[in-house]
Amino acid sequence: MAKIHVTTTINGDPAEFLCEPHETLLDILRDELQLTGSKEGCASGDCGACSVMLDGRLVCSCLVLGAEVQGSEVETVENIAQGDKLHPVQQRILEHGALQCGYCTPGIVVAAKALLDRNNDPSETEIRYWLAGNLCRCTGYDKIIGAVMDAAADMRGEAS
Amino acid sequence: MRYEVADSVAGAASLLAGEAGQSYVLAGGTDLLVQLRAGMISPDLVVDIKGLDETRTISESGGAYTIGAAVAGAELGEHDTLGTVWPGVTEGAELIGSTQIQGRASMGGNLCNASPAADAVPALIAADATCTIIGPDGTREAAVADIPTGPGSNSLGKGEFVVSINLPSRPANSSDAYLRMIPRTEMDIAIVGAAVNLTLDDDGTCTAAKIVLGAVAPTAIDVPAAADALIGTKLDDDALAAAAAAASAAANPISDKRGTVEYRIKVAGVLTKRAAKIAYDRARKGSAS
Amino acid sequence: MTYDLDNLKIVGTRPIRPDGVDKVTGRANFGADFKMPGQLIGKVLRSPHAHARIISIDTSKAKALTGVKAVIVGEDMIDIAHELSQTGETAIDVHDLSLNVLARGKVLYDGHALAAVAATTAKIADEALALIDVQYEVLPHVIDVDEAMKPDAPVLHDDMFTKGLDETPTTPSNIASRMEMGLGDVEEGFKHADIIIERSYKTKAVHQGYIEPHAVVANFAEDGTAFVWCSSQGHFTVRDLCAKLLGMDSSAIRVIPAEIGGGFGGKTTVYIEPLAIAMSKLAGRPVKMTMTRAEVFRATGPTPATSMDVKIGVTNDGKIVAADCEFRFHAGAFAGSPVGAACMAGLTPYALENARVVGYDVVSNTCKSGAYRAPGAPNGAFAVESAMDELAQMLKMDPIEFRHINAAEEGTKAIYGPTFKQIGCKDVLVATREHPHYKSNLGPNQGRGIASGFWFNVGGQSNAAVNVHEDGTVTVVEGSPDIGGTRAAMAMMAAEVLGIEYERVQVVVADTASIAHNDGTGGSRVTFATGIAVTNAAEDVVLQLRTRAAADMGIDVEDVVWQDGSAQATKGDAKSMSLADIAAKAARTGGIIVGRSSINARGAGPSFATHICDVEVDPETGYIEILRYTTVQDVGKAIHPSYVEGQMQGGAVQGIGWALNEEYFYNEDGLLENPGFLDYRMPVASDLPMIDTVLVEVANPNHPFGVRGVGEAPLVPPLAAVVNAIYDATGVRMTELPVTPIKMLAALDAYKEAAE
Repeated sequence: MAKIHVTTTINGDPAEFLCEPHETLLDILRDELQLTGSKEGCASGDCGACSVMLDGRLVCSCLVLGAEVQGSEVETVENIAQGDKLHPVQQRILEHGALQCGYCTPGIVVAAKALLDRNNDPSETEIRYWLAGNLCRCTGYDKIIGAVMDAAADMRGEAS
Repeated sequence: MRYEVADSVAGAASLLAGEAGQSYVLAGGTDLLVQLRAGMISPDLVVDIKGLDETRTISESGGAYTIGAAVAGAELGEHDTLGTVWPGVTEGAELIGSTQIQGRASMGGNLCNASPAADAVPALIAADATCTIIGPDGTREAAVADIPTGPGSNSLGKGEFVVSINLPSRPANSSDAYLRMIPRTEMDIAIVGAAVNLTLDDDGTCTAAKIVLGAVAPTAIDVPAAADALIGTKLDDDALAAAAAAASAAANPISDKRGTVEYRIKVAGVLTKRAAKIAYDRARKGSAS
Repeated sequence: MTYDLDNLKIVGTRPIRPDGVDKVTGRANFGADFKMPGQLIGKVLRSPHAHARIISIDTSKAKALTGVKAVIVGEDMIDIAHELSQTGETAIDVHDLSLNVLARGKVLYDGHALAAVAATTAKIADEALALIDVQYEVLPHVIDVDEAMKPDAPVLHDDMFTKGLDETPTTPSNIASRMEMGLGDVEEGFKHADIIIERSYKTKAVHQGYIEPHAVVANFAEDGTAFVWCSSQGHFTVRDLCAKLLGMDSSAIRVIPAEIGGGFGGKTTVYIEPLAIAMSKLAGRPVKMTMTRAEVFRATGPTPATSMDVKIGVTNDGKIVAADCEFRFHAGAFAGSPVGAACMAGLTPYALENARVVGYDVVSNTCKSGAYRAPGAPNGAFAVESAMDELAQMLKMDPIEFRHINAAEEGTKAIYGPTFKQIGCKDVLVATREHPHYKSNLGPNQGRGIASGFWFNVGGQSNAAVNVHEDGTVTVVEGSPDIGGTRAAMAMMAAEVLGIEYERVQVVVADTASIAHNDGTGGSRVTFATGIAVTNAAEDVVLQLRTRAAADMGIDVEDVVWQDGSAQATKGDAKSMSLADIAAKAARTGGIIVGRSSINARGAGPSFATHICDVEVDPETGYIEILRYTTVQDVGKAIHPSYVEGQMQGGAVQGIGWALNEEYFYNEDGLLENPGFLDYRMPVASDLPMIDTVLVEVANPNHPFGVRGVGEAPLVPPLAAVVNAIYDATGVRMTELPVTPIKMLAALDAYKEAAE
C-alpha cells in the first residue's frame, strides 16, 4: 500500500509527510516529525495527553488520522511558548508546582490555553469540566486549577 | 486499509458501494479510531465525509433544523438557536466525551455506531428526528429510531450513510431534556439515559410527550406508557411517579461491568422523572418569555 | 550537622523546579520519546486465558515473516533459582520475575507474556504476533482471594507449600505464607472490653494509573554490553534485575533514566526491559518497546485485592483494650503481596497493649501485584479505620477524640517492633479538630468522615556528588529518578548548605554508569535519603572551600567559618572569600572541588495523616459527590511546601478513586473487562473539589533539615474517610470497595427495607 502524501501547517510552518492510512496524527507528530511533546497515554481519547489544536479546535491527536490533516493547521505544545517567553498557563503551572511527573502537562497546557483563548474569565467549575478529558494521576488537579485561574487573571491583565 | 476523502455525498456513496471488503465512514472518528486501534475492526476502506457541506452544516428553515451528520458536538453547542429550541438534543450530543472529543464527535457517528448507551440518540428519537440517507440507490429518509438495530449494528444498507439529521419544527411551549447516569461527572458511558420531549398548553398542562430510554435495552426504547402518564397533567408528583414507574417497567436491561439490571431499572425511573421536570420547566420558561 | 530550621534562606520557599520549563514546553524526554537509528519495534504476545497449560508454541511462521528480526519465548530465558533481590522498599523474587517476564509451562493470568517479537515496523511486529501458534489447555482459574484460599481451589503452583505454619504442609496450595505479629495478650485484653466489634471488609485490585505507559529502547552491542533507555523509579534496579534475568554483569548494562511519567510504586520492577535487551542481542539492532494502555492494565502490577477481618474491644471511656486482625491479600500470580506492610501499619496510629495481626499472602490468576504507594497500608487502614469509626459511634464519642485517646506518641511501642521517637500523630489529630472544615455545617444527604493513617517511610542507599564549577555555579549529581519535583528539593538543600542562590545550582539525575548505586525512588525516601547524601556532599564541598580559603589566607582551617556563601576568617583580618572566588582559583589550589557522599540512610521518620471528607449521597441514584476534603499530615520539615502539598492532594485523590470507582473487573472467564481509562475510572478534574492541606511540621531528628517522607501516607486514610462520610450521610456502613453508585443504591434500598 502506497503511503499518503500530506501537506499541512504545523505550528505555523508548512510541513509535509508520508503516512500509512491507519497512522494517527499523534504517530506522525511523534515518530515522523519528532514533535514528542504530545504524549500517548491511552490511544483511545480518554487521557488527553496528546491534546493538540486542529484548525482551532482542541482534539486528541490519537483520534485523528494523519491523512486527515491535509490542508489543516495543527498547533502542538511546542508552539505555546513564544521565543523564550512562556505562556501564562505555563508560567503559572511552574509557579504553583502544578505538575509532579509532568507527563500530562503538555496536554493540560494545550487544553488550558484553548479554554482561556475562548474565555479568559472561567469559573473553577468551567475549568474543571473543560479539563475533564485531561487525566492527571499525580496532583489531584488542585494546583492545576489554581494555576489556570491565575493564568486567566494574567490574560485579563489583572495583577496578582 | 485505504483512506479516501469524499468530494461529494454521491461520491462517498459510490466509494462505499464500490468496495468489496469492509468499508467505514469517517466523520469525527472518535469511535472508529478507537476500534481500529484496538483491533476490533479491520477496514479495507475508510471514507472521510467531513469535507462536505451537507455533512458539516446546521441549517434552519421554518423552525425545522437540518444538522450535518459530521457536525461536531462542540459546533452544536455553539449554534445560536439550536440549544434553545432543542436543549435536550443538544445536551445529549454535548455529553459525549471530553472537550477534546467534543471537537470531533458527531451525532451521525453516535447514531450509526449504534451503542445502546449512545447519549445523542434518546433525545433525537424523543424529538421524532429523521435522517437523510444516501446510497447507491439515491436518497431516502428514515426515522432516527429505525437506524440502530442492536448493539453495534444498524439498518443501513451496503454503501449507505447518514448525511444529515432532521429535527421537525415544534409547537409553542415545547422543550426537551436528556439526563444520563454515570459514576463520574464526565468521560463515562451512560449506565442509563432518559430523554423527555414535552409540549404544554398555555396553562402548563402537558398536551404531548415522548420519553425515550437509553442503555436499558439493545437499542434506545420509546416508552409511550411513561409519556401517557404525563399527558393531561401539570407534571404533579403523582404523574411523575407514574411516568417513572412506567419507565422502570419498560426497561429491559442486562447486567454488565457498568451496571446491574436492578440498578438500571430503578434509575431509568429516577432519570425519567428528573428529565421530565427539567423539560417542563424549560417549556414553561420558554412560554413566559 | 543539623540546621536551625527557623533561620533558613531557601529551604521552605517555593522556587520553580529545575526541570520545570522542559516539562511545560514538551521538551522533557520520557520513556517513549527516545529512538535510535535502525531501531526495531518489539511487541509481546499475551495470554488470552486466565490459567492454561502451554502445550506448544510454534514461532516458525513469525520468524519467517519478512521484516521480523527476533522472536523469543520463555524457553529462551535462563533458569534462575528463587532469590530475593532487594530493590529498596520491596524485595523481588527473581525466579518468579523471570516467569512473569515470559511464561514457561503455564500462563497464569489474562495478559501474561509468553512470547515477544522485534520487527522493522510496528505493523510487521503485530502481524508476526498473529502468526505465533500457541496451543493451550485451559485450566480452571481463581480470582477472588477468599476463593483462592479454599482447599479445593485450582492451584497455581505445584511447588507452593505454605510458609510460616508450625508444620509445613504436604499438599500445595495458593497460600504462599502466613505471618503473625503481636503485642501483649489479646485474649486477656478482650476480657476487659465493654464493647467489642467484629467486622469484615473487602477491596478490589486497583492500578497505580500512571499516565505514561512503560517504554524502553535497548541496544545490545557485540562486546556484550547493553545500553538501555527507559523510565523507571530506579534505573539501578532495572540494571540489576535485567542482569540477573539475562545472566549479564551489572557493569555491562548502562541504564539511562528517562523522565518518568508517574509510577506510584508501579515502576519499581521490570517487564519489557529484559525482552528488549534479549531481542536486541538476537537482532543486532536496537529494539524499542512501548506498552499499550491495555497491556499496562493487564500485565503490570496493581495493588492486591484484599479480604480483612477486624475485631476491636474498647472500654466505655474509649480506651482500646485489644485488637485482633486477619488480613488476606492476593499477590496475583506469584507470591509477594504487601500483606506484611499492612500488618505492620494498620493498627500503628494507636498505642496498644494487646494486639495481634495475622496475614496471608495468597496467589490467584491475576497479574502479579506490585508496589503501590504505601503498599498494603491503605487496605489495612480501610478496615481498621472503618471499625474505629463504628466504635466512636457506639461510644457516642467524637471520632477525633476517640482516636486521640488512643493515639501513638513518643515512647509508644509499635506492633512491628520499634519504639517511636518524635512523631506527629497527636499533633495531626489536634490540627484536624481545630480546622474550620471540621466545624462547618452540613446539609441534607451530606455527611462527614475522618480517618487516620500511618506509613513507615524508608531510607536506604543514596549517593551524590556536588561539582563546583570555575565560575562559582554548582551541579548536583544524584541518582534518584525525579518523579515529583525532587530535583528542586536537592538544589534547595545544596544551595542552603553552600549559602548560594538556588538559581546557581543545577541538578542532574545521572545514569547507572555515571554515579554509584542508588535505591529506587520509592518508600518516600528521596528527599530524606538522597537529601542527606546531597547535604553531606555539599558539606564536603564547604569543608574543602574552607580549607582552600584558609590556605589562601594563611591561617588554620579551624579559624575559617562558612557563612552566607563565603569563607570568613575568625582570626586576623583576611578578606572573606566567596564560593566563586575560591572556585576561580581551584585549578591552582589543588584542582576542581567535588563533594561526595555515599550513605545507607537510617531513621526515616514515620508519617501520620488524618483526613476529613464531606460527601453528598443522592438517595435515588447512589451517586456520591465529594463536597470538601482536607488532608492533615505530619510532614517533617517541608523543603518545598508546594510539592509537599501536591503529594498530599494527589494521594488523597487517588484514595478517593479507590473508594468510589476504581477496580479490576474480571468476568466469569477470569479475563479483565476494563483494561482502559474509560472503564477503569480514575477521578477526573470535574469530580473533585479543591483539596485543602495542613502541613504539621514535626521535624525528623534524623535528617539535617528535619525531612520525613511525605508521598505515601496521604493514600492511607482516604478509603475509610470516604466510607465513614458515607455512613454519616446515610446511616449505611459500606464494607466493600469500591462504593460505586450501583453498590450504594443497593445498600440504601436494603437499609430502607430493613427499617420498614
